[in-house]
Amino acid sequence: MGKPKLKEHIINRDWCKGCGICVEFCPKKVLALDDREKAVAARPEDCICCRLCELRCPDLAIEILIEE
Amino acid sequence: MAIKDYIRERFFPHMWCPGCGHGVVLNAMLRAIENLGLNKNDIVMVSGIGCSSRISGYVDFHTLHTVHGRALAFATGVKMSRPELHLIVPMGDGDALAIGGNHFIHAARRNIDMTAVVMNNRIYGMTGGQYSPLSGYGISATTAPYGNIDQGFDIVELAKAAGATFVARTTTYHVQQAAELLQEAILHKGFSVVEIMSQCPTYFGRKNKEGGAVEMMKRMKDITTPIGSKAKEAQPELIERGIFVRKDLPEYCSEYNKIIERAQKQGRR
Repeated sequence: MGKPKLKEHIINRDWCKGCGICVEFCPKKVLALDDREKAVAARPEDCICCRLCELRCPDLAIEILIEE
Repeated sequence: MAIKDYIRERFFPHMWCPGCGHGVVLNAMLRAIENLGLNKNDIVMVSGIGCSSRISGYVDFHTLHTVHGRALAFATGVKMSRPELHLIVPMGDGDALAIGGNHFIHAARRNIDMTAVVMNNRIYGMTGGQYSPLSGYGISATTAPYGNIDQGFDIVELAKAAGATFVARTTTYHVQQAAELLQEAILHKGFSVVEIMSQCPTYFGRKNKEGGAVEMMKRMKDITTPIGSKAKEAQPELIERGIFVRKDLPEYCSEYNKIIERAQKQGRR
């Protein structure tokens, strides 16, 4: 069991309402809101796969995929 | 199973406002159920009326969306007829403790095996931001423009006094704790109450100048502390999080079965 490695942030843009909870509480500031007020992974290389964004998202719009 | 397997995707995006704490509660609840590995067909979710109660429409269990304040009464009926099922009853603070206050204390007193989840955002959001019995003294609401003069309930103390055998509290900021507490509450044999302090940025946040969802969640981190922490001694006004009560008392459905057995024995004589 090494460090989990990120494969992809799957963000459902139809479900995201742009509340910014994921952006604010990401410990590595990986996420940002784009010009349409939807969450995007702006710095995916910094992601430590803690899944806090996935757990706190009120809209169930984020899923973290980890490499097997 | 993945989270998506537990929801009715056709109803998403849901109707809650951006940043609504109820979405976070839904998220935590799904994680708890996923961690427990429960079968969807073994869960019944019963809710009443209000923003919070819309949660039952979004989950793919057996669901009942019932009348205001009476979710626990309907749930009692379901549990009595099918005691093998897991009953989860999410309610808003007004639904649980104003309109359904009596159902709440008596369900707790009976110790019937179900999980009451109070999604406490301290306001009636759906009808336009009226104060609730959880708003508390000095709070502003559409029906209290000069400040609320009612004192608030303490859900944990109320549930303890009414006889609930599992009582816990957490917030939407502490999502991992929320999922853990819900897991324990679902497994507990008896009446369990989990209060999850939630944010209503649209009404409570705006009326009380607490900012948006992010600021309200940060505030919940600042005003709470784990049970028995050193911080509580220094700042007694902090609200404690964790499990307050966990005890074993005879459960209502098993006691009722004993009555049936006794009656049948007497009938045979």
